[in-house]
Amino acid sequence: MIRKTVDNVQEALKGVKDSMTFMLGGFGLCGIPENSIAELVRLEVKNIICISNNAGVDDFGLGLLLQKHQIKKMISSYVGENEEFERQMLNGELDVELTPQGTLAEKCRAAQSGFPAFYTPAGYGTEVAEGKETREFNGKMYVLEEAFQADFSFVKAWKGDEAGNLIFKGTARNFNPVMCGAAKITVAEVEELVPAGELDPNEIHIPGIFIQRIFQGNHYEKRIEQRTVRTKI
Amino acid sequence: MIDKNGIAKRIAQEVKDGFYVNLGIGIPTLVANFVQGDINVEFQSENGVLGMGPFPFEGDEDADIINAGKQTITTMPGASFFDSALSFGMIRGQHVDLTILGAMEVSENGDIANWKIPGKMVKGMGGAMDLVASAENIIVAMMHTNKAGKSKLLKKCSLPLTGVGCVTKIVTNLAVLEITPKGFLLKEHAPGVSIEDIRQATEGTLIVNDTVSEMAI
Repeated sequence: MIRKTVDNVQEALKGVKDSMTFMLGGFGLCGIPENSIAELVRLEVKNIICISNNAGVDDFGLGLLLQKHQIKKMISSYVGENEEFERQMLNGELDVELTPQGTLAEKCRAAQSGFPAFYTPAGYGTEVAEGKETREFNGKMYVLEEAFQADFSFVKAWKGDEAGNLIFKGTARNFNPVMCGAAKITVAEVEELVPAGELDPNEIHIPGIFIQRIFQGNHYEKRIEQRTVRTKI
Repeated sequence: MIDKNGIAKRIAQEVKDGFYVNLGIGIPTLVANFVQGDINVEFQSENGVLGMGPFPFEGDEDADIINAGKQTITTMPGASFFDSALSFGMIRGQHVDLTILGAMEVSENGDIANWKIPGKMVKGMGGAMDLVASAENIIVAMMHTNKAGKSKLLKKCSLPLTGVGCVTKIVTNLAVLEITPKGFLLKEHAPGVSIEDIRQATEGTLIVNDTVSEMAI
């Protein structure tokens, strides 16, 4: 067993510097690496580029980094629900690259899997395809999209073991698995860290080979953006 | 004229037994409420769930189980969770049978615009560009005119496009229309709406033949 555990979030984020590019898992506030984000805020790293499907809300998730003006550029598919984000973007304080959600996922997966680029039909004929190579396959047009290059990936899983193996829960899985191994260093925070051998190898979603550092996270808030319920009759 | 629920009710008739369906945010979400109980359908949400169920009972909400609108949901027997790349693999690979989404504008050749109003609203496209570029069966659910009373069925979209030549059918508060090489083919009119009303509210080319029927809802 190759041990990937580190004692805490401080150790997990060693080497994080200004002007780096980070991938951060999560969809909305679901499955975001809460502990790593809090540590990025504490470290006050500046001029960072964040690859994340969303930008959090004003006072949680990546919104915490936006408040402190730590982010230079966001690469996302959807950035609603965040007034401070909108303000910084319209004022030109923040650079934003909007990317179709499936393309965003695949640009991560390509980086994880060793593909420099891929063709996708998404965005053909729109401003997303401007300046990009296009090509016809079997009568349909496709856009060439390149794999991301990032310094750190911060992901959040439900359970993990000392070997870095991960299991996700529900829709908190989202972008987390495709960001594992897609940057130079992948940091996984988990709700429950167990000794090697306790997780059934059949149930592992992401093998530890993609993870460099794993730690037990604390105080998960798991905020709900839209609490929708039905009433019992 | 019909309301948003009426639009959803009419579109529900397009959902057939054995379909995997992706519902967009807004009117499309309502479609699930009107699908016949005697057919088997699975709803896909692109954030990573197939077999989406209704909202949870109060107290049963789980922050780790949400839909693409970030709403708390439940799952049905047979449901599954998956990552974002696999989710869009389902969509791009055309394994989803029907995609229903909202729009700000649709043009008579089937272009759709629904993600950006330059200088006003830039929230992003989310999964819409992937969905419209790959799905073979795309139904747009929207009001026929915008809040200013302007037609949303145009010769050419004025807003930045989400996809080109992709829409197959449109259901509005006034009519059901199909995209044809010659323009919007009127198939059905809503109860109490005349063909002249629809003509007035449609800026793009409207084709009317003698087979127009009343929407059965």
